[in-house]
Amino acid sequence: MSLAVKKALFLYGALFILIIGVGIVMGAPFGVRLMVEALAYSLIALGLNIQWGYGGLFNFGIMGFLMIGGFAVTFVSVPVNMEFWNSDGPFMLLKVIIAAGIGAMFIIGANKLPKIGIKGKAQKTAQIIAWIGAYILYRSQIDPAAEYIEKTSTFVGGLGLPVLLGWAFGGVLAAIIAYIIGKICLGLRTDYLAIATIGVSEIIRALIKNMDWLTRGTLTVSPVPWPVPKPQDFQLMGAETLQSFVFARASFLIIVLIVVLLALFLIQRAYNGAWGRMMRAIRDNHIAAASMGKNVKSRQLEIFIFGSVLIGIGGAILTSFAQIFDPGGYQPINHTFVIWVMVIVGGAGNNFGALFGGVFIYIVWVLSEPVSQALFINLSEVSTNIGWSAIPDIESRSLQMRVFVLGLVITLALRYAPRGLIPETFHQDKDEEITANKS
Amino acid sequence: MNELIFFFNKVIISGMVLGSIYALGAIGITLIFGILRFAHFAHGDMMTMGAFITFLLASAATALGFTAPLPMGFMVLPIAMFIAAFMALGIDKSFYAPLRARGAKPVTLLIASIGVTLMIQGLIRLFFGVKSRTFFASEPKEIYRIDMSFLGATRPITITEPQILMIIVTIIAVVALHFFLTKSKFGKAMRAMADNADLAQVSGINTKLVIRVTWVIAGSLAAMAGTMLALDVTLKPNLAFNIILPIFAAAIVGGLGHAWGAIAGGFLVGFAETMAVFNWAVLLRPFREGLPSWIPNDLSIVPTEYKLTVAFVILVIVLLVRPTGIFKGASS
Repeated sequence: MSLAVKKALFLYGALFILIIGVGIVMGAPFGVRLMVEALAYSLIALGLNIQWGYGGLFNFGIMGFLMIGGFAVTFVSVPVNMEFWNSDGPFMLLKVIIAAGIGAMFIIGANKLPKIGIKGKAQKTAQIIAWIGAYILYRSQIDPAAEYIEKTSTFVGGLGLPVLLGWAFGGVLAAIIAYIIGKICLGLRTDYLAIATIGVSEIIRALIKNMDWLTRGTLTVSPVPWPVPKPQDFQLMGAETLQSFVFARASFLIIVLIVVLLALFLIQRAYNGAWGRMMRAIRDNHIAAASMGKNVKSRQLEIFIFGSVLIGIGGAILTSFAQIFDPGGYQPINHTFVIWVMVIVGGAGNNFGALFGGVFIYIVWVLSEPVSQALFINLSEVSTNIGWSAIPDIESRSLQMRVFVLGLVITLALRYAPRGLIPETFHQDKDEEITANKS
Repeated sequence: MNELIFFFNKVIISGMVLGSIYALGAIGITLIFGILRFAHFAHGDMMTMGAFITFLLASAATALGFTAPLPMGFMVLPIAMFIAAFMALGIDKSFYAPLRARGAKPVTLLIASIGVTLMIQGLIRLFFGVKSRTFFASEPKEIYRIDMSFLGATRPITITEPQILMIIVTIIAVVALHFFLTKSKFGKAMRAMADNADLAQVSGINTKLVIRVTWVIAGSLAAMAGTMLALDVTLKPNLAFNIILPIFAAAIVGGLGHAWGAIAGGFLVGFAETMAVFNWAVLLRPFREGLPSWIPNDLSIVPTEYKLTVAFVILVIVLLVRPTGIFKGASS
């Protein structure tokens, strides 16, 4: 057993003890809830680890993909809204789809113009006119349809299908969006890619937040169903309140655990296979990889999509566990940067590192609030005792501490453990392992 | 005529104000990118931090009984800029310089700047809470109404005092920066280093000093931009965090590393945003009778909720069509 593996095992052991400790101090229902969310976040961290750790792709738009996943599971699993289906809404939406289709044909046609001999400036003009025409056509249909649906039936409702199907749909929808974004942005340099992906995720947020006819926007959709019986169902079966929460959340936890382990198994196999080797080659020197005949761009697109699928599924899990889809609740700090901290601290390029980082950072993130609250209360007592006034608004202030703690953790990690706690390892020979030398 | 005045108020003045803010922010980002080669995400929070420093100073000055003809926040701005410059130096020394010394890639610095963003955000919220504050609690915010009745309009052109100050200050800052970059020794050294850092070092330029000068300029301009923004709207902890992305868009549209490009990009993005959400049907109102009735009453290009997305659409188009920005920026 090599030193790196021993260290990793030690860290996982310590993490396990931490989780048990939290469960004892804060109570079992809280502990189980924490674990469900932490595992969902570590699934997302695994997704980012594929993109950043394997592929070196800078995705700062995680929030957008989480929202897509959340919307997907809401749309699939929320009960059918008969009011909508009995109104003129579906017909109007059909018109919208037809208008969008015609618009898309305009654009594709303008892109294909060189084939019939129209090139250069003429084609550029035609392209611009096609885009504008398509936009006007789409707006002319969507605006009245949206207004009508919001007035008659508030929103289109869901499909009433099983929740697990919704999680899968979250992955599929995230893959589709990732394909579009990747096609547009992946040729860009690292920092441009970072800004472009942030931009795209903000666009997604604006769309989901304001398309009230589809998502109910800031009015939020709840309850989003669970794939397992809810606490209330356990209570009907005769369990006590506290127990019912533990049972329900524990059964949810088992499903999430299965998803995470399955994902880990698959990507770990891919990582150690020829595919993973090729991806690392592209990450470390894409020019050399290209000269070896690897299609860098399409491989990067592939990796971007794979990562996004996991992120989308993670977002779907988070939304169905919270039982509410609230587009107003998504923030770049809580949903993009925290994932980055998880991957950087855990160890980019190492799946077990990302998994560890996901669970560990989520616990730190959640616990920094009660811990700093306790700290402030003590400090406040001290300051009152020595004659100063007490610290005001302790509760709201300690909630903000976690943002600071997160920033501190990432800057410390970059400085003292730039490769993460469980760093990426290179297998050079069978016995000899050297750690990757990147900073 | 009233419609034209409305257009002037909604598009020209708002665009100027927004553009000034974006330009001031984008200059800092573009300078840091030119010298240190990384996208400095914490710039927005340096703006917010500067605004809070000004707020503290202004509150202290008011409490001590000082009065001024201009808003107090504006009078203490130079001191706040001075403090903010020192804080920028401190941030660089404690968080970025050790990484640079290790020879870290720019990407690592970018991630570190995210960490700095979070820390500044956390500290500001810790000390000031999450509520909105205003600089005009003890003094009135003057609004000028320029009467346009000689043109046959009943509506006046409205502009507030902070908005006028903001536009003037931006112009002064831009002109001063221009002379600094083209005439002074440090400015020339900065441009040399932005062009080729290694070559600048072997030709005897003190690159460490240039980096410090860059942080001083970026920090003080950030404080200025943040304060002007807070004077125009309200002061809250996520004041500039929300506009860091349009600012980046402005810097990239103008070409990263290109000071003049940042200014042009800032105004371009600012005007594009106000023009995109403006309801153009207003301008058609006088001719309403002569027009066919199928023209809708709302002719804005995008609904107001999507104002923020305009910057990104421009950004994406620029990145696709001309990745170096409208002026050729540093493309390495």
